[in-house]
Amino acid sequence: MTKLTYIAPDGATFEVEAEDGSTVMENAVRHGVPGIEAECGGACACATCHVYVDEEWMDAVGQPEAMEEDMLDFAYDVRPNSRLSCQIRVREDLDGLVVRVPERQG
Amino acid sequence: MKEAIRTDVLIVGAGPVGLFAVFELGLLDLKCHLIDILDRPGGQCTELYPEKPIYDIPAWPVISGQELVDRLMEQIRPFEPQFTFNRMVAGLERLPEGGFRATTDEGEVFEAKVVVIAAGGGSFQPKRPPIPGIEAYEGKSVFYAVRRMEDFRGEDLLIVGGGDSALDWTLNLQPLAHRLTLVHRRAEFRAAPDSVNRMLALKEAGKLDFRIGQVKALEGEDGILRGAVVKGPEGDFEVACTRLLPFFGLTMKLGPIADWGLNLDENLIPVDTERFETSQPGIFAIGDINHYPGKLKLILSGFHEAALMAQAAKRIVHPHEKVVFQYTTSSTSLQRKLGVTR
Repeated sequence: MTKLTYIAPDGATFEVEAEDGSTVMENAVRHGVPGIEAECGGACACATCHVYVDEEWMDAVGQPEAMEEDMLDFAYDVRPNSRLSCQIRVREDLDGLVVRVPERQG
Repeated sequence: MKEAIRTDVLIVGAGPVGLFAVFELGLLDLKCHLIDILDRPGGQCTELYPEKPIYDIPAWPVISGQELVDRLMEQIRPFEPQFTFNRMVAGLERLPEGGFRATTDEGEVFEAKVVVIAAGGGSFQPKRPPIPGIEAYEGKSVFYAVRRMEDFRGEDLLIVGGGDSALDWTLNLQPLAHRLTLVHRRAEFRAAPDSVNRMLALKEAGKLDFRIGQVKALEGEDGILRGAVVKGPEGDFEVACTRLLPFFGLTMKLGPIADWGLNLDENLIPVDTERFETSQPGIFAIGDINHYPGKLKLILSGFHEAALMAQAAKRIVHPHEKVVFQYTTSSTSLQRKLGVTR
């Protein structure tokens, strides 16, 4: 199991134990993390599971693929550390990953 | 008021569940008319994920969203469903003599004995970009669609986005505009490469501006736009403009359904699990938009709901007919309706 931490815009933190192979979006929805809407259910088709990856984790998480980068055009306040959480797969070396939920989704 | 289009069943939403409802209702001799805000059938399947594989449609180990919709269209063809696209059902009222009158956002009128809401996540609407105070400019200086190009002649246009809508309107409106600026978050575009190349050629020729950035504030008063502040890679800059056209894709909103006098639970419509009828007799809700204990938002659940709803709708439309349960494999009368036997 891999530990993930979500930080809401109001500062509230949510720590979850995630199964490897699941997505950061799925774990947020399963544990009721507010602000991750995931309207399309994880198809990389809506940009409503947008998160900011903690600066320290950016290298480990890696860069979005072209399709995700396209979809990020629809997100709100996109920054260099923006990712769609449905496209980040949980794996061992992400143990301790911290992501921030934006103020709003699109 | 336009003359009413009459049908047995008015289906609000032409996604997979609305389409399959045509089949189940058709087997029971009920004629259907479907209304959808998109310009083609399929709902989320064609709008959000036409090429994505679906793995949980019975007997289809894998099928794409578009292929599922194409197959459903083929399956319901014998029942000659009627479609009205690019329209939203704005109003719905019960008629004193029974049945319902529905009015679209463009003023068309429909009269039906039964209404089936198969509206999924709601109607697709343009996404409002998260710019503070943008609401005050909407309809005066900010537009999410171009209805008449002439309305933009001689204006200083700011178009925002990197998809086909943004690029197509940049190319179409550039000759009319006094000045046109395209703003997009990055140098890469989702839009067709040909459109991007044409836009870049116009930029080279000095006929439009292209800037990288995200709009963060608007300037003006009483809905009259003067300019926009854009956050760029090297800091903020201003773009003078009198019209703003943001193209940030579509989102789903419940919309006018909330005003039809139905009981709602959050943004869902509670139904019973025998008839899938709403709190208003004669109005049914199937697919992702309904809710009942144990509800699963799966296409296959919507198909089941459509079959049971059809039985209840039949009793409303043809109250004196006896409904005999039949299988399509063996019933010649059903096969005749499907056009597979004489």
